[in-house]
Amino acid sequence: MPIFKNPNFDFLKWRWPAVGLSILIIVAGVVTVATQGGLRLGIDFSGGTIVIVKFDAPVTEDAVRAAISGVADENVVQRYGTVDANEILIRLPQGGPEEGTSLEEGANAVVAALGQSSVGGFTVIGQELVGPVIGEALKSRGINAFLFAMFGILVYIGLRFRFSFAVGAIIAVAHDILVTLSILTFVGYELSLNVVAAMLTITGYSVNDSIVVFDRVRENLRRMRLDTFDTLVNTSINQTLSRTIITSGTTAFAVLALFLFGGEVLRGFAFTMLVGVISGTYSTIFIAAAAAIVISERRASRRAHATAGRAQTTSKPKRRTRKTRVRA
Amino acid sequence: MAKNLRWKVLTIIGVVVAAGAAVYPPEDRIRLGLDLRGGVHMVLRVQTDDALRLETETVGEQLREQASLGGISLSSTVAVSPTELRIEGVPPDRDQELRQIADDLLQASYDRDSEPGGVYTFRMRPGVERALREEAVRQALQTIERRVNELGVAEPIVAPHGVGGDQILVQLPGVDDVARAKEIIRSTALLELKLVEEGPAPSREMLLQTRSGVVPPDLEVVTGADQSAGPGVGSTAYYLVRLVAPVTGRDLRNARPTIDEYNQPAISFSFNREGARKFGNFTGANVGRSLAVIMDDRVYSAAVIQERIADEGRITGTFSQEEASDLALILRSGALPASLTYLEERTVGPTLGADSIRAGVIASITGLVAVALFMLVYYRLSGINAVVAVALNLLILLGCMAYIGAVLTLPGIAGFILTIGMGVDSNVLIFERIKEELGSAKGVRAAVSAGFDRVFLTILDTHIASLIAAAFLFQFGSGPIKGFATTLFFGLVSNVFTAVFVSRTIFEAILTRRREATLSI
Repeated sequence: MPIFKNPNFDFLKWRWPAVGLSILIIVAGVVTVATQGGLRLGIDFSGGTIVIVKFDAPVTEDAVRAAISGVADENVVQRYGTVDANEILIRLPQGGPEEGTSLEEGANAVVAALGQSSVGGFTVIGQELVGPVIGEALKSRGINAFLFAMFGILVYIGLRFRFSFAVGAIIAVAHDILVTLSILTFVGYELSLNVVAAMLTITGYSVNDSIVVFDRVRENLRRMRLDTFDTLVNTSINQTLSRTIITSGTTAFAVLALFLFGGEVLRGFAFTMLVGVISGTYSTIFIAAAAAIVISERRASRRAHATAGRAQTTSKPKRRTRKTRVRA
Repeated sequence: MAKNLRWKVLTIIGVVVAAGAAVYPPEDRIRLGLDLRGGVHMVLRVQTDDALRLETETVGEQLREQASLGGISLSSTVAVSPTELRIEGVPPDRDQELRQIADDLLQASYDRDSEPGGVYTFRMRPGVERALREEAVRQALQTIERRVNELGVAEPIVAPHGVGGDQILVQLPGVDDVARAKEIIRSTALLELKLVEEGPAPSREMLLQTRSGVVPPDLEVVTGADQSAGPGVGSTAYYLVRLVAPVTGRDLRNARPTIDEYNQPAISFSFNREGARKFGNFTGANVGRSLAVIMDDRVYSAAVIQERIADEGRITGTFSQEEASDLALILRSGALPASLTYLEERTVGPTLGADSIRAGVIASITGLVAVALFMLVYYRLSGINAVVAVALNLLILLGCMAYIGAVLTLPGIAGFILTIGMGVDSNVLIFERIKEELGSAKGVRAAVSAGFDRVFLTILDTHIASLIAAAFLFQFGSGPIKGFATTLFFGLVSNVFTAVFVSRTIFEAILTRRREATLSI
């Protein structure tokens, strides 16, 4: 029972609407980020304090908010886990002196305020205090590691396939990261270390997906010499379509299970993965190959112009271009 | 062919047994990170400036001592910065002598600079400064290690951290009394015995009355509980003490909890030979004066020296039994050479950790079962092949993690998921290809063989690209990213083995036994 029996969709016809949709999402994401004054960074990166408290009896967020109102202006109080768990997460921004023992002042103040209030008995089940030094180091090292990894992949695909494919793969990765960040921003998730781990995983998937399609294009290039590059790419996407859908489908399954049953700690991670897997599938079909084609054409026509210029004949540039495309 | 197959099967069995042995028993071999099982994670910074200042102050005191032995009295010796010592009031006619004394004492580690009016500034040499800073971090590391060991935590991690060279990572899995653990680790535990010049007084103003409110440069004000009315009843008392301590916690040999004359918990300590000599001389020369026992800038007790004391001392105060034994532990493990500040602290309570594990395991199993079911339904009997390959992949990956002692954290689980995904993907790629090849009517064996051959290159490319990414992430990433990269690296390598080698061997084994014309795929 195949999912598609010899599929032959004209994906490339849809590439510009697809690019338009992606740009729309990304632009909306950028605008949202800009209006809220930057990405919502979790305390891993921004520094700050998180206290997770389990109450003996049910409480409302408002009651907790009222109880700690004196501690900090910008505190965030939200339910943690399921409603019947009676767990509340309290987040305070980075405050006070740069570093030092004062790191725990905020947390201590919260616990003291809760103790004096009438919200009932509670236990602190988790606490995270991150100073600004650590956040900065994590941020810069993480970004560096990611950029180096991307560069390594670019070089490898460039060597094994063609440069335009490598750029296509990187564009697809950038697309997936940006779309996922946008969606995270819309939904209101913070960028934490776990979310970054999910992003890295998405990057892995995205590159993997792109390579599978490119590999098929490479194989078809050897077989179908007479087709145009566009047709050839479209055929390749269709030939790998079953695999693309099955792989993303099964992964999405696994991640959905993680999202539904994985508990609060895994939720942000699983959500990011879910969005990323969907975006990754989409970009494999519509973005990666399309980008590779556009870049190939650019390079080919540039080369064709150069050759034509040198030979001082402008008679048949079109045919030359097509030939170059297929061979390059 | 059959012989070839036997070797392949034996190789697979060998790898599986090795992986199984590495993983068994899983609860001991698979180490979970703090985010999954609860505990404390801390990053501390060693304030190495403290150690430098201490060195500069000690050297200053030695210089003053040597100078006064030579009959030169200096108007002041002050550490103006952690690495700078400034002395003033050198009489012009004794200038040459002082230079001689200073050179004998300081030349190896300080540069001398003179100003008119008998003023000298000594600056610590950069090489010495660097060595002292490194030494301070190394000592702090060892001290924290000793304290953590005495706490009796299983599998603690105390390690250098970050690139700055002055950070220490401490991880204490499964610790429930976090506040106590933190207190024990952080206490500088710098025990100092200092001569009291003035006090106790009920306020700073009254303390400094005779000195018109000014603290002389070689003295300092410290506070403590006033215990003149017995333990536990006094208010805050102010003491004016000498800045430099003749003996410190470094001269201790041992410390243990004990009971004082009021039947209160106290800590008694004894000096090593060097400390006993210094303390003996000091108390002998200062009989009748008051001596303060100061720890981490707080006066615990102050008493009049009745006679020359050589080797024993006691800290009294209002301690609980536990506080007394914790303090003794800290003193025994040695003082930190410098104070510590916290850069990061994460506490995952045991319940939260347990909840995370339970939810994570349930979710992972649900996900895996769903994927396995799908493979079985969609690829029928060949699906078994894929499920076996992915299961072996996980086993080998866990075996590698256990073997190198890697810790499984949440980002590590992300690496697991990517590995499973790539494992399923490899199988899907192969099966889809075999289906295609079956369509071109070559016969089952040829189709299987062609399917594997064609897809091998694809799998190699996707995996090498990911391996390159994993290598860079490992090289340049920090803690959690490294964890992700480690898992991914081993997962990719074992996936090439299971998806290509194991899966193909299973196909071959089945196809050699039964000369089938069809394939359940």
